Amino acid sequence: MKMLVNAAGRPVPSELPGIGPLLPYRGPWARLEAGDMVPRILPPLRGESPRRSKVAPSLRAAMERAGLADGMTLSFHHHLRNGDAVLPLVLAECERMGLKNLCLAPSSLTDAHECVADYVRRGVVSRIHTSGVRGKVGKAISRGEVPVPVMIRSHGGRARAIEEGSIAIDVAFLAAPACDERGNLTGALGPSACGSLGYAQTDARHARHVIAVTDNLMPSSLTHISIPQYLVNQIVVVDNLGDPGKIASGSARITRNPVDLKIARDAYRLLRASELLAPGVSFQVGAGGASLAVAAYVRDYMREKGIRGSWGCGGITGYMASMLEEGLFDALYDVQSFDAAVQDSLVRFRNHIEIDQSWYANPLNRGCVVHDLDVVVLAALDVDTSFNVNVLTGHDGVLRGASGGHCDTAAGAKLSVVVLPSFRGGVCSIKDAVRAVVTPGETVDAIVTERGICINPLRTDLREAARKAKLPVKEIADLKAEVEALTGKAEEAPLPDPKPENVVALIEYRDGTILDSLFRIS
Amino acid sequence: MSKAVVRSMLYIPGNNPGMIQQASVFGADSILLDLEDAVVLSEKDAARHLVCGFLRTLDFGDMLVTVRVNGADTPFFAEDLRRVVPCRPDAIRLPKCSSPEDVRAAETLLAEIEEQNGMEPGTVKIHAMLETARGIAEAGTVATCSPRVTALTLGGQDLTADMGVEKTREGDELFVARSLVALAARAAGIDAFDTIWADVNDNEGLLEETRRVVGLGFTGKAAIHPGQISWIHRAFVPDAKKVAAAERIVEAAAAAEREGRGVVSVDGRMVDAPVVRRARHTLDMARLVELEVE
Amino acid sequence: MAMLRRPAQAGTLESSDCLVSVAPSETRELDHRGAGATFFAGRTRGLVNDVLDSLGISGATVTIQDQGALEVTLRARLDTALERASREEDAACPRQ
Repeated sequence: MKMLVNAAGRPVPSELPGIGPLLPYRGPWARLEAGDMVPRILPPLRGESPRRSKVAPSLRAAMERAGLADGMTLSFHHHLRNGDAVLPLVLAECERMGLKNLCLAPSSLTDAHECVADYVRRGVVSRIHTSGVRGKVGKAISRGEVPVPVMIRSHGGRARAIEEGSIAIDVAFLAAPACDERGNLTGALGPSACGSLGYAQTDARHARHVIAVTDNLMPSSLTHISIPQYLVNQIVVVDNLGDPGKIASGSARITRNPVDLKIARDAYRLLRASELLAPGVSFQVGAGGASLAVAAYVRDYMREKGIRGSWGCGGITGYMASMLEEGLFDALYDVQSFDAAVQDSLVRFRNHIEIDQSWYANPLNRGCVVHDLDVVVLAALDVDTSFNVNVLTGHDGVLRGASGGHCDTAAGAKLSVVVLPSFRGGVCSIKDAVRAVVTPGETVDAIVTERGICINPLRTDLREAARKAKLPVKEIADLKAEVEALTGKAEEAPLPDPKPENVVALIEYRDGTILDSLFRIS
Repeated sequence: MSKAVVRSMLYIPGNNPGMIQQASVFGADSILLDLEDAVVLSEKDAARHLVCGFLRTLDFGDMLVTVRVNGADTPFFAEDLRRVVPCRPDAIRLPKCSSPEDVRAAETLLAEIEEQNGMEPGTVKIHAMLETARGIAEAGTVATCSPRVTALTLGGQDLTADMGVEKTREGDELFVARSLVALAARAAGIDAFDTIWADVNDNEGLLEETRRVVGLGFTGKAAIHPGQISWIHRAFVPDAKKVAAAERIVEAAAAAEREGRGVVSVDGRMVDAPVVRRARHTLDMARLVELEVE
Repeated sequence: MAMLRRPAQAGTLESSDCLVSVAPSETRELDHRGAGATFFAGRTRGLVNDVLDSLGISGATVTIQDQGALEVTLRARLDTALERASREEDAACPRQ
């Protein structure tokens, strides 16, 4: 067991107990260019008697019928966001059943999943695969309380991992806001509606056993179907999938924060200078703050010039849905619907298309959406002078974010722009080296702050265009110095010793190689 | 060395560190750090410390930096000046200037403070805020009573209150006051700043008003929100035809000078010196424009 | 050596600000919490001691709830709190 330095200059273990040998990151397209072929793992065919009712008498009965045992892998989707009651419900039942050492593989962990920290401490859960993590669970992982190092993956990476069997799901518990008696289900309808079920579909296709959990068993046939019946083994009916108020937030509004608006405006000016805002443009923006506000400037420009985009994608907010309705796009590819307006659009408009996370971003399938993206505007917690981006850990090194589609879109897009304020909470956002690399600098074309735009030296064409457009371009090292003159240099906690035995989590790049390691903090 | 042209002045409440620390980010030509109306009585001391701290340490770039102190009729006036002046703002905004005597009283104090602090006398300038009927009536004498006075500013809210009239969106009630201030400022060779536009959601209205006051001769306008700055700047942009015409005039003047001719002629018509000056000013304004504007 | 007359505070809990509370004490005690405490503990301790030294204050309890304030802000709030703590009348009301 030793530490290697990968192509991003980060220390990663060559192997880890409980995980096995690991491949270090070799560059964003190394595996693609090498033509690596990876077998797909699918669950075996196994018939069920005709006209059998799938509705289980109870959650416990369903779990027993699924053959749930110690050490098995359970998966969930996080489309119910902070309102999810399903994952806590299932884990509580697992504990009552005396199950131990389970592997938890949700698409991500939200504020609704704080209980996972306790289940880890009590031995119910001993492995975790996730895109993101917050609160108590983040702290527990950072302190090394999970027996096996946690695997952090992007949306595209998770899809690939499930399809190749690196995440071998025994039982998928899929919250289903609307489900008929045969097991056809969707997230677009029902009192606990969440919109697209993009992070559930890959699970449904590859898990050994699929249990739909619903609070809305429909007496009639469901006609808007996200996951078809033949992928669903059982149905469990509960009173409530969760808190609807926290599932679908109110419509995402454009920020009024003047600093965020300044950042958004300069990012928009960079997009204009790149000449990519032309008929047929495709883009993705974030869910709030400066990265959503860019959409407002782009929208006004598209209206003014009569530009029609080809498609938008990603986590979709009401803002993007209204742009679709206005005719500014041919289509929207929706892998996650952020608010109620989006759910409505998904049902009403044929060109608002629900896609799964493999379709969205798996780098090893026959062509994912992000590989055709023109522009992506992304947020970040902090960045470094090599343009690496951290969306996972706070300044103190504790896990509190998510990989999400960040590295997928940054790699795939023709132009990837990261927006963030130059300092937050009195601390400069530009570091010499981020504590966790989620998106490697070579895939980041520009970083836009309220005090200047930094362009990756690899992009001489973009630099030229920005200079010609008289944009406030600065060298990233200069901007860092300028901001630190204002904030002072933060006293960073001492970096942990980068030894394999101190690794508490691995950041896997979308292609399965290891991009960075997270070490135990005291 | 601060900017020669000051089209916008961003007002920032003096007790708000989150806003002061971002002062230089929004592209304003100048700022006003406010110790007066934007600060409650119980926090006047706190605002003073904060503003002085930032004056000493923040890099304001080439923005003109001004501080509005509390009025001479308040208990805070003298202490405001004593603490702020040594921090070397470009100018002090004096509220409720109603006469040259008000300016001179402040000036005496300023001179004293400058001397006590080893500063060159006259370092800190005065922007006289005219917001009473008397002040407007005395605009001409206030503008010329001291070399420290480098700008007149109009306080529309207080003025209309003093006049006992309603402040309207169209602003007819301020027309004469504005003209007097612009004329007095121009006669004295100093700047004139117009009053705030309170509706931060109505940028079209702001643009219209700014165009109108610029048309009267004001050199700049107040902004109470960063979002107003680009709209204010837009009002100073001459339209494309005027810019093209200005370019031809300036070129013709340059040609005349090269060829040693005394008379400048454009499109067969004689163009005299004030017109050439106006054309140069138009081109200066055009050059200041950001990429986005129209 | 000067002494604080009374407890006093200055600042707010708004983002980028800090709330500084000071009170008379035999010894010097500093309680620095919030976002800023994690990253600027050393700098803040140094600043507080320097300011107390320069005013000749031997003992004071200083509590800082730091919402990510810059050093200049912290300094200003500390100066204000100490000034208020040394006033004769109620620190909230100015004279006259």
